[in-house]
Amino acid sequence: MRQAVTREAIANTSLALILLAVPFAAVAMAEPFYVTLATRIAVLALAAVGLNIALGLGGLVSFGHAAFFGLGGYAAGILATHAFNAGPLFLGIPATTSMPLIWLVAIAVCGLIALPIGAISLRTSGVYFIMITLAFAQMIYYFAISWPAYGGEDGFSIYVRNSFPGLNTAQPLPFFLICYGLLLLALALFRSLRGSRFGAVLQAARQNATRLAAVGIPPFRIRLAAFVISAMVTGLAGALFADLNRFASPSMISWHMSGELLVLVILGGKGRLFGPLAGTMLYVLLEYALGGITERWQFFLGLILLGVVLFARGGLMGLFAGKERHG
Amino acid sequence: MSIALLIEQLLNGLQLGVMLFLMAAGLTLIFGVMGLINLAHGSLYMVGAFACALTATATGSFWIGLMASLAAAAAAGAVVEIAVIRRLYERDHLDQVLATFALILIFSEGARWLFGSFPLYLDIPPLLQGAVPLPGGGQYQLYRLAIIGVGILVAAGLYFLISRTRLGMRIRAGESDREMIAALGVDISTLYTVVFALGAALAGLAGAMVGALQSVQVGMGEPVLILAFVVIVIGGIGSIKGALFGAVLVGVVDTMGRFVLPQALMLMLPPSQAALVGGALASMLIYIVMALILAFRPSGLFAVQS
Repeated sequence: MRQAVTREAIANTSLALILLAVPFAAVAMAEPFYVTLATRIAVLALAAVGLNIALGLGGLVSFGHAAFFGLGGYAAGILATHAFNAGPLFLGIPATTSMPLIWLVAIAVCGLIALPIGAISLRTSGVYFIMITLAFAQMIYYFAISWPAYGGEDGFSIYVRNSFPGLNTAQPLPFFLICYGLLLLALALFRSLRGSRFGAVLQAARQNATRLAAVGIPPFRIRLAAFVISAMVTGLAGALFADLNRFASPSMISWHMSGELLVLVILGGKGRLFGPLAGTMLYVLLEYALGGITERWQFFLGLILLGVVLFARGGLMGLFAGKERHG
Repeated sequence: MSIALLIEQLLNGLQLGVMLFLMAAGLTLIFGVMGLINLAHGSLYMVGAFACALTATATGSFWIGLMASLAAAAAAGAVVEIAVIRRLYERDHLDQVLATFALILIFSEGARWLFGSFPLYLDIPPLLQGAVPLPGGGQYQLYRLAIIGVGILVAAGLYFLISRTRLGMRIRAGESDREMIAALGVDISTLYTVVFALGAALAGLAGAMVGALQSVQVGMGEPVLILAFVVIVIGGIGSIKGALFGAVLVGVVDTMGRFVLPQALMLMLPPSQAALVGGALASMLIYIVMALILAFRPSGLFAVQS
């Protein structure tokens, strides 16, 4: 299906280019802080793209995606710490500081854990689904808090940023480019999922599960697959987030983080390809700008958020690119 | 493990359960009648605790503080309902979660703005200081027993209100068919404000009572909020009976888990590890219970027919 250049395409391309341009400009002006800010946007947007698969396409309101974000972070942190101490992980499995391997582990761990969580949670729906996903995240949160080997409540540091073949990840710009590249990959994944048969069925399950079942397609397995894929993408973002801050802690798994991830998606416009990126850009910039003006930035962030929920129902992408077309 | 210690822990669990019931009753009423998930319920709990602590410090009387907490939480609830919540009834749960999440940010940061980050302290009133002897030796704080008593009174009061009064009749009617009772001439938006303020007042009461046991500070409502959600989900959202049952279950399971699990594991593991694993398992326990219950009863134990 060929598409004419729409307002949405223009908005999408602009957002992607702005995010790419900022770090280069920042390096040229010797302001490395802005590179870090852009990296933070790319990583959080990646997590939100993950959530958007479950939330936007599948209509699954997961209030526990911080669990996968945190699991990814812990996977990166644990592997790196063991490798740094030159010790094997357990059962003699060697640890590693190679990012691609760490990502694979983070993705695999999140997938394996999301499978049973999704299988149980998807037995429920509506508010119960929101709350049971929250409950699972809380389980993992409390597990992390009471696990002293990896810092318990305080979390633990990653001493040296993990490595990527051919790039110096200790420099802000190459690390940004890695995160940005992964964000684009995830967006491509989202786009191809949405356009695929799988995506069509998933969206049909959101719109009318009964009718879908009547056609002979049980929604459960489709939703479960979406939930697992969604968790894996968010877990990858968690691994990058830990590397960005060189720190993993239970706060990555807290219910506040789950709420923030939902906010990122909704702020931008759920189900929209670039919604998560638009939402994350606004959120991180607000956090930064309001944080510079007043210590009470959360108060104003709350007000703005409330305004968006009450009055701008399609989120930012709704403002930029008009209503989503169902066609 | 003596009998007295066991009874003490059971009573602690019951006290936690009763406190959770005050929170959960409001949440479940609001969900049952208006179909709204209110994450900001913990903020109303905080409002109650702050109102009580400030008034009690100013007047020297815990009792006036308690009245103030009811009034302040109910007023805050009514204002929030009229200004914000009212616009959310027709929205999906996602919008409700987000808008009330935003309210939490506003309430928490606002409270920090007004009262600072330092915790306030609230003394147990002289009348309820002291302890009661337990069978089998040992003592139990009179104040905690009083909380249990208040909880039982509130449960009875709510039962009476909902099953025996005109307001309760309207609430039940609103739960089963809101268009119909609006068509019958009941002012439904006032009814909603009243229900919301009632739920808020219960949360404020819980906050004020717990404020004397712990410190009164910003963010105190959040752990309780999550537990209260666990309670209403276990009980079946919209069911007050479910909230009561779920609250006592969660309170007792959580408290007894923290007490029993490390000791039980000590039979199998070395003591330091047993304490560690036991502690971890205990803090996860209620969420495990909740997941199990929902896996087998996806709409909670006392599911309300919708």
